[in-house]
Amino acid sequence: MCLAMPMKIKTIDGQSAGCEAGGLTHNIRIDFIQDAKPGDYVMVHAGFAIEKMSEKEALENLELLEEIKNAL
Amino acid sequence: MLCEKEFKNPKDAETVLEKIRELSALTGPVRLMEICGTHTMAIARSGLKTVLPDSVRLLSGPGCPVCVTPANVIDMILDLSQTPGVLITSYGDLLRVPGSRQGDNLLSRRALGGNVESVYSPMDAIRIAQEHPELEVVFLGVGFETTAPGTGACVLEASRLGLENFSVLCLLKKTEPALRSLIEAEDFSVNGFLCPGHVAAVIGSGAFSFLPEDYGLPGVVAGFEPADLLYSVLSLMQMLAAKQPELKNEYTRLVKPEGNPAALTIMDKVFRPAVSDWRGLGRIEGSGFALREEYSPWDAWRKFSLHLPDEKEIPGCRCAQVIRGVLSPSDCPLFRTVCSPENPVGPCMVSGEGACAAAFQYGISL
Repeated sequence: MCLAMPMKIKTIDGQSAGCEAGGLTHNIRIDFIQDAKPGDYVMVHAGFAIEKMSEKEALENLELLEEIKNAL
Repeated sequence: MLCEKEFKNPKDAETVLEKIRELSALTGPVRLMEICGTHTMAIARSGLKTVLPDSVRLLSGPGCPVCVTPANVIDMILDLSQTPGVLITSYGDLLRVPGSRQGDNLLSRRALGGNVESVYSPMDAIRIAQEHPELEVVFLGVGFETTAPGTGACVLEASRLGLENFSVLCLLKKTEPALRSLIEAEDFSVNGFLCPGHVAAVIGSGAFSFLPEDYGLPGVVAGFEPADLLYSVLSLMQMLAAKQPELKNEYTRLVKPEGNPAALTIMDKVFRPAVSDWRGLGRIEGSGFALREEYSPWDAWRKFSLHLPDEKEIPGCRCAQVIRGVLSPSDCPLFRTVCSPENPVGPCMVSGEGACAAAFQYGISL
């Protein structure tokens, strides 16, 4: 039940959003996401998006891993 | 687009493992605990335990919400499922969890005529309640701070709709009080924590700062891909070797120090802290969520005047010790002998995220 997955928002209708991942589409809720728009990536957990994700943040995260590796 | 391949295939994995090996010579034997069912499965799937040095052990703590739900709570739910006109809705993996009698679970009760439905989201339970006004639909609200906001949003939705035949049996739990109880127990022997990334996405990485500040234990908020796990273990080993415990956030692409304010606002609006019972940890003050007074029409505890029966352990089952990281699944005499995913005795074998199910499925003995 705790398995979360990243999905891409396709359509928005109020607090509901049609999302896509791996060719599958699913309706989820975006109550906790500020300024959600089609094209955004969100992490979906039990039918609710819990946070937005971006390519920029993913790249920064990879840089962080590099920093961890080079520490000490 | 989200660099998923880079996180799934750790760059320089051998270099990182070599660094972990070097650090393990400085730290001596180390026990690291994760406290999230998704980490349990991600670690098993990645094969991480098989490539780490023998002296670096990864343990599963009380992170699987199904596993920490005690047998007497399941017994109470099983009784409720026999009430005429009541439909129990639940995340799928709770349906197979036995109460205090082996084999007695929501699925077997459904076979006997009980109304039980599996749902993916609590919103599905709302929809069922709208479509079936003749039924009293009860959603089993289990989970930690990751599922709490969604459950809260559903209570608000039911309130907005004036939906009278829907209620939540709130069994939601808080991570911090359970961790404190675990750490303060006499048999605690863990050197650092992999903190749950998706709980932290909601409550913020800062919510785990108490680990170094109050207990001198390092913690790393970790993501769920192999690179996240490998580099988080390296980060914990670095802090242990330097004897400089801190709380670090490895999962920066999702987790912010302050968490998700909108989710926190809804949680605070709908829930208040409450006492909660945990398998393995017992009764802990303030470790659960209960619906606030104004939402009592949607509180199944009140609606059905529910009371917990006395706790009864399943004979021979060591789930309570496995949940605390005191025993490994293979230390339990029932593991692989009478307890298997096909015929589970305790919840750690039932849940897809349980430590015993992961150890069985992936053949890990540690």
